[in-house]
Amino acid sequence: MHLSSRRTLRALLLYVIVLMIVIWTIAPYLWLIISSFSSKIELLTVPLRWLPSRPTLENYRSLFFEYGEQSVNARLFIRSLSNSAIISLSTMMIAVVLGVLAAYAIARLRFRGSQWMILAMMTIQLIPPIILVIPLYVIMRQAKLLDTHLGLIIVDLSIALPLVIWLIRSYFASIPSELEDAARIDGCTYLDALFRIVLPLSGPGLVSVMIFAFIASWNEYLYAFIYTNVNAKTLPVLIGEFSTKLGLEYLKIAAAGVLASLPPVVLALIFQRFIIRGLTAGAIK
Amino acid sequence: MLNLMRAKNLYRPISDNPQVLGLLLTLPALIAILAVVFFPIVSSFWLSLHQKDLSRPQFDAFIGLKNYFNLLHDSRYLNSLWVTLRFSLTSVILEVVLGVSTALVLNQRFVGRGFVRGLMILPWAMPSIVNAAMWKWIYNADYGALNALLTQLHLIDSYKIWLADPKWATILIILANVWKETPFTVILVLAALQTIPEDLYEAARVDGASAWRSFLHITLPLIAPVLMVAAMLQFIWGFQTFELVYVVTGGGPFSTTELTTLRIYATTFRSLRFGYGAAMAYLTSLAILIPAVFYIRSAYRRVVEM
Repeated sequence: MHLSSRRTLRALLLYVIVLMIVIWTIAPYLWLIISSFSSKIELLTVPLRWLPSRPTLENYRSLFFEYGEQSVNARLFIRSLSNSAIISLSTMMIAVVLGVLAAYAIARLRFRGSQWMILAMMTIQLIPPIILVIPLYVIMRQAKLLDTHLGLIIVDLSIALPLVIWLIRSYFASIPSELEDAARIDGCTYLDALFRIVLPLSGPGLVSVMIFAFIASWNEYLYAFIYTNVNAKTLPVLIGEFSTKLGLEYLKIAAAGVLASLPPVVLALIFQRFIIRGLTAGAIK
Repeated sequence: MLNLMRAKNLYRPISDNPQVLGLLLTLPALIAILAVVFFPIVSSFWLSLHQKDLSRPQFDAFIGLKNYFNLLHDSRYLNSLWVTLRFSLTSVILEVVLGVSTALVLNQRFVGRGFVRGLMILPWAMPSIVNAAMWKWIYNADYGALNALLTQLHLIDSYKIWLADPKWATILIILANVWKETPFTVILVLAALQTIPEDLYEAARVDGASAWRSFLHITLPLIAPVLMVAAMLQFIWGFQTFELVYVVTGGGPFSTTELTTLRIYATTFRSLRFGYGAAMAYLTSLAILIPAVFYIRSAYRRVVEM
């Protein structure tokens, strides 16, 4: 009797702590979402009401349809949304194509220099962008790449490419090489082996690196902030711009923030198993 | 049969030679990386040895290490270095403590465990700029959720302008950072916990060890390598933080939250002193050299063992 009541107490305590963890993790984000569906008048009342009595889509509508002189207007928003999509999808595709070829070579070919490549990939991921941002600015200004999609895609590759190579290499390494060895004996070239054997077996690994590359580029702020101005301005830059300005645009910023966070958050939640495997690659083994 | 194999191997094209193909396949990636990483790093160092002010190009000159010597007496830069060090270290300590405790809880058996573990992905996946905008909104003095919550809980009497107070600004910036970064530690530690065999705990229980003792003598030593990796990475990321502070406090009040990244940005792109900014970036990066070398050594060893 005594033991079982202690056990119940323990279980209760566990659930209380779990609940606290859940609240701590989602409350700030939930508040952003609630704010984005609220009207100004309701949020500005004191004491604050935590749930709007009349939820509204007005903040979202205005982001897409309200042209005019306001600082957050539809023209800027739609353009930065499409810039973000173009830049992050292009970066993802280029990084995955180049990264898969390089990672296969590093994982399987064991050529002279392959160990150096692994070391280089790890080192690059630790280089602070702030040290690259200045010389890249000088280079891009000379090459007339400032404020262009291409310029930002190239720069984003410095983040996405080492990440892709690093992750997919560890995935390739986890695929047993017997199948390829057998195919090699039958006269298959290395490239045949890559495209007919390794890649078809790497579905989950490919999905995971695509998501990592996409998220890295979609969320990237510093480079986009410094290198884009009008034509190639991305969504994070727009959000940053308007949250550093004064004025009562909080609710529009909240709506824009929710929209900007949806692609990475939804992708990560759906593919969480792949993401977790990717995050722990290198740290656990 | 063996002869046939040899014959086939003989007829393989030169492009199927591992050395040739290996270089060929890595070449595109290598060129991209050389162009956007190695070349800029070298040219950045070269830049740091010059006086190069975009606003006064007539004074551009090679000045050797003068920028670096000037930095050692630049009180605003030294302040930002101290601010960054304090920010990163405090964040790492909190992230490790909270991360390990959370992971231990999520490693227990309870209904909805998979769901709660999945939630950990949320702060990690969020764009850091949205994280910054979100916390700025929460900390807002007039309409922020923080003031509303604390008032309704009767913890404060009247709304407070949190970010105008140097001490609170520092604490709240760290809080926003810890919220976003802790889940990474949780995910890593959870994965490490899975690799600990259950019978170790069984044996400890048989020997009458308390939960605390088995944590101290079994769990902690076994998750220590992973914890070190997480801590090193997060210390390095702390030094790279920019948008959080740029948006939430702008470095204020009175530069108390001015991270070096902010100082470098202002020096380079506001004052247009490119040479001095490059020197600042280089000098700051030295601070993360030790954790970086440590991380690379331990991660590289794992790769080679695989």
